[in-house]
Amino acid sequence: MKWLSDRTVEHLRQVAEWPDLTGTKYEVVAELAHGGMGTIYIARDRELNREVAVKVLSGPGAEEARILARLEHPGIVPVHDVGELPDGRVFYVMKLVRGRRLDEWGREQALGERLRAFQKLCEAVAFAHAHGVIHRDLKPENVMVGAFGEVLVMDFGVAVAGTPGYMAPEQERGEVEERSDVYALGVILRVLAGEEAAKPLRAVWEKAMAVDSGERYAGVGELSSEVGRYVSGERVLAYREGILEQAGRLAARHRTAVLLVLAYLLMRLLLLLFLGR
Amino acid sequence: MRFPSTRRTAVEAAASEDAGERRRGFEALVEAYWKPVYKYIRLKWQEENEGAQDLTQGFFTRAIEKDYFRGYDTAKGSFRTYLRTCVDGFVANEKKAAGRIKRGGETEIVGLDFEGAEGELREHPIVEGVSMEEYFRREWVRNLFGLAVERLRATCEARGKTAHFRLFERYDLDEEEAGYEELAREMELPVTQVTNYLAWARREFRRIVLDGIREVSGSEEEFRREARALLGVGGK
Repeated sequence: MKWLSDRTVEHLRQVAEWPDLTGTKYEVVAELAHGGMGTIYIARDRELNREVAVKVLSGPGAEEARILARLEHPGIVPVHDVGELPDGRVFYVMKLVRGRRLDEWGREQALGERLRAFQKLCEAVAFAHAHGVIHRDLKPENVMVGAFGEVLVMDFGVAVAGTPGYMAPEQERGEVEERSDVYALGVILRVLAGEEAAKPLRAVWEKAMAVDSGERYAGVGELSSEVGRYVSGERVLAYREGILEQAGRLAARHRTAVLLVLAYLLMRLLLLLFLGR
Repeated sequence: MRFPSTRRTAVEAAASEDAGERRRGFEALVEAYWKPVYKYIRLKWQEENEGAQDLTQGFFTRAIEKDYFRGYDTAKGSFRTYLRTCVDGFVANEKKAAGRIKRGGETEIVGLDFEGAEGELREHPIVEGVSMEEYFRREWVRNLFGLAVERLRATCEARGKTAHFRLFERYDLDEEEAGYEELAREMELPVTQVTNYLAWARREFRRIVLDGIREVSGSEEEFRREARALLGVGGK
């Protein structure tokens, strides 16, 4: 009997763990990622001759996957199929997203781009909420940005628990509501904007991450609107700004108009000086 | 889904009243455990090569003669832990009565490649910081997978699927990585055939591994626990 190295044993362990998709039109090609809720594989759809992603859940989740399959939104990874393996594990088949994790992608983008991506993420989550689905585990690992800047959210509603650091306080007690997703989005906003962000933006994520869920934004739409206000230089409702800050913000927002007025005043001044000679 | 039990597991068979069944059970247990037991005795009890061989032979023959495994209670933990505890008890007793036993009385188990096991120990020493319990578990897994590979080879040969095994060997066993295209060229097969053959071999390997775990599990619950810990399956 041939001696198997630790590496080979681990590889064989993974091979043996691969889902048995006999009787389906899918065939596993490679393991893509391993997480707390399960493992994602790249598989080939023999009928349509295309690659798909197959997620095998480590716990129950068939009902959630079926709900997810009904969510059709450009920002939500579409689910094509749901099934059960011979060993009892639930799997669902998704579009294979070729892209990068939101946080990794964000490191190379200007703040404006990052915040626009965040707003797209909010749109997808708000859509799911409108259909009664709470994500429960929003984090950068579950958000992909495609080659054309499209933002895609994965794993809607299949998580049993959230991820420490992104999980709202009430979620740790086992209570989940839409505002638990608002909390996680607040954390994502903080990650995307960076700790050095301007005070009004900080105020937005601080409100989204309030310990008491009643003090957070009432919905994801409100959070997104706040970020939109910040992006377009409007006053952020969560932040009480001073007169100087207000003047600075208005000057920045209406930069061209301010420059034109200043140029006009300067010309008037020069004219007065010239005529007064 | 239930994992149907078509026959007694090796652990159940080893405790059977039927002599033939008992023999089959013991043979399966010896095959699954002799090497981890030998290495365990060598390292934990710091026995020399020959002494460890005698003790390994002695342990299994004594277990057959004295029906050790009939004392296993599934409620008290895994069979693997029970067996390891039995080994410790046996070696401790033998050391107390040094020289009393040589090669385990009248019976001798043949076909155990101690030389090969010794070579493995020499070339692949225990990793620093690994407990003996964990070492025993790892060696059991290594042996389980090694046996599964051999069974897969035999199955493929018996069913005229040598190309399937060759692909499995090249893609999943060789340390040197090879892509599907490369294998397709090497085997003169279309790439789709390569992935189909490989998928079949892997499914078969998985089935053999699960059968192997079942054989040495004391109960359905233990089987599920082991399968889940090792392969992430058996969750329902």
